[in-house]
Amino acid sequence: MYRNLTIRQKQIVWAWAFLAIPILFYSVIRFYPTGNAILISFQDWNLLGDRTWTGLDNYQKLFADPVFWKVFKNTFVYLLIGTPVSLLISFVIAYHLDQVRFMHGFLRTLYFLPFMTSAVAMAWVWRWFYQPVPVGLFNNALASIGIPQFPFLQSTTWALPSVLAPAGWAGLGFQVIIFMAGLRAIPRSYYEAARIDGVSWWTVLWEITLPLLKPTIVFIVVFSSIGFLRIFDHVFNMTTNNPGGPLNSTKPLVLMIYETAFSAFDMGYAAAQTVVLFLVLLVVSLIQLRILRDS
Amino acid sequence: MTATEIRPTTDALLKTEAPKKPANMGQILRWTLLFLGGVAMVMPIAYMISTSLKWPHEVYNLKLIPDEPHLENYTYVLEDGRFYWWFVNSMIIAVITTICNVIFDSLVGYTLCKFRFPGRYIVFIAILSTLMIPTEMLVIPWYLMSQQFGWLDTYWGIMFPGLMTAFGTFLMKQFFETVPDDFIEAARIDGLNELQIWWTVAMPLVKPALAALAIFVFLGNWTAFIWPLIVTNSVEMYTLPVGLSSFGDEADVAWELIMTGAAISTIPTLIVFLIFQRYIIQGVVMAGLKG
Repeated sequence: MYRNLTIRQKQIVWAWAFLAIPILFYSVIRFYPTGNAILISFQDWNLLGDRTWTGLDNYQKLFADPVFWKVFKNTFVYLLIGTPVSLLISFVIAYHLDQVRFMHGFLRTLYFLPFMTSAVAMAWVWRWFYQPVPVGLFNNALASIGIPQFPFLQSTTWALPSVLAPAGWAGLGFQVIIFMAGLRAIPRSYYEAARIDGVSWWTVLWEITLPLLKPTIVFIVVFSSIGFLRIFDHVFNMTTNNPGGPLNSTKPLVLMIYETAFSAFDMGYAAAQTVVLFLVLLVVSLIQLRILRDS
Repeated sequence: MTATEIRPTTDALLKTEAPKKPANMGQILRWTLLFLGGVAMVMPIAYMISTSLKWPHEVYNLKLIPDEPHLENYTYVLEDGRFYWWFVNSMIIAVITTICNVIFDSLVGYTLCKFRFPGRYIVFIAILSTLMIPTEMLVIPWYLMSQQFGWLDTYWGIMFPGLMTAFGTFLMKQFFETVPDDFIEAARIDGLNELQIWWTVAMPLVKPALAALAIFVFLGNWTAFIWPLIVTNSVEMYTLPVGLSSFGDEADVAWELIMTGAAISTIPTLIVFLIFQRYIIQGVVMAGLKG
């Protein structure tokens, strides 16, 4: 029967044969769970008892929960500090590294190496750095030059930036590499022309480099924002004795979801939180794309 | 951007063609600052490795080079077998997932790129749309599914969510654009079937992309934390990140032992990087500009 098909028909048969297993996979492992998560968010269910429909109760409970608003704020603080700071630092590094020839590859390796580490392992390393005297490296270093110790992870004010630092650190090398690729893609002739006209480097940066880097900047902003909004590994591992603490000051949305689902087993409530996370990611990405593409 | 535009960019990034200019003070200063910044970047890794080689009495001093470096911490940590299992678990899971992704993502990418059939566009958009759904939204249904089918605490349970990725599919589709249709036609005339054409003609032409995909998937699974944390509950089934997290959390574990565990889970990927550095950086650029 296959022999009698035209070439085009044979292609269609092959195409669907190739796609059969993947389509099954995406349906069962991606689409069905997505729908299921939304469905569960309208139910009350603690894994053992019955699933009962509760309409919007989970969402109402969530929006009335002061912990949720604290967590929501924390999640955005991670985003609003993490993304601009890492964008600025990685651009400055890439801009200068791009102009360095001597041991260029070696310097690039130094900056990129943290990207290859495991977040959990590095969270523990940094956690050790942050310990009070006489354990922590940072406080020992401060003590050795006579500065009083700093309450990195103990303070409700400083714990969040302390947790954020290793997350930004690990992603920096990636952003530097992407920026350098973007810088190399700018045609040399633009710079030549600017040099002939005697334009200052500052003007070149603002009038040529940055506008032409826009696609790169859009990509890095969106990509790193998604990463910061989903922060979990670092927070969880740096605060295992009191996850998200002290006093929920470092707790991001994903950690709240994890605790609601797998410590309290309140599946419906946790599912509602995941739907909110999904909407936050969607809205933030769309706003960023709109602002950055248009301006 | 199309693939042909990308190629020179990635190559240019790796070349260090030098416009020869005499070094001046500004350049020396720039190099020195970049060097110091780079050294600061690797300090956490350096201290992790150095501390894993220290004796307890020198752990809390600031010296980077241990007075008497030794491997006792490694023998101690590996002795009771836990880190050994975790290492093996992580390796098995990362390797199988990587193989699966390399095969299926490229098969789907190839099909969507080179075949014309009704429904092609819909399938492409459907797969692409899954990129917008965060993993965290799926963990609850995955957990319920695993519970129902008895996948909790098994390799399959840890692996199944990542066996194919939309990101990899998209990446491979972009790269198959660079394979000329004439090659495929020629192979068809030679009497190869479509499966053979994909495997013996198209795949060898996208090896750099396959390498990049493999490295990303491996790294992603080697360091994956939240799903393995949820789906495993017996110590023997933990992966390295989950194991390290529980190990660090035990009461009274000495920091040099935690650093040793951290080093065990980090050193393999650092070695992979130092060997395949060129491919990895090229891969980051390709994936970044296309993804």
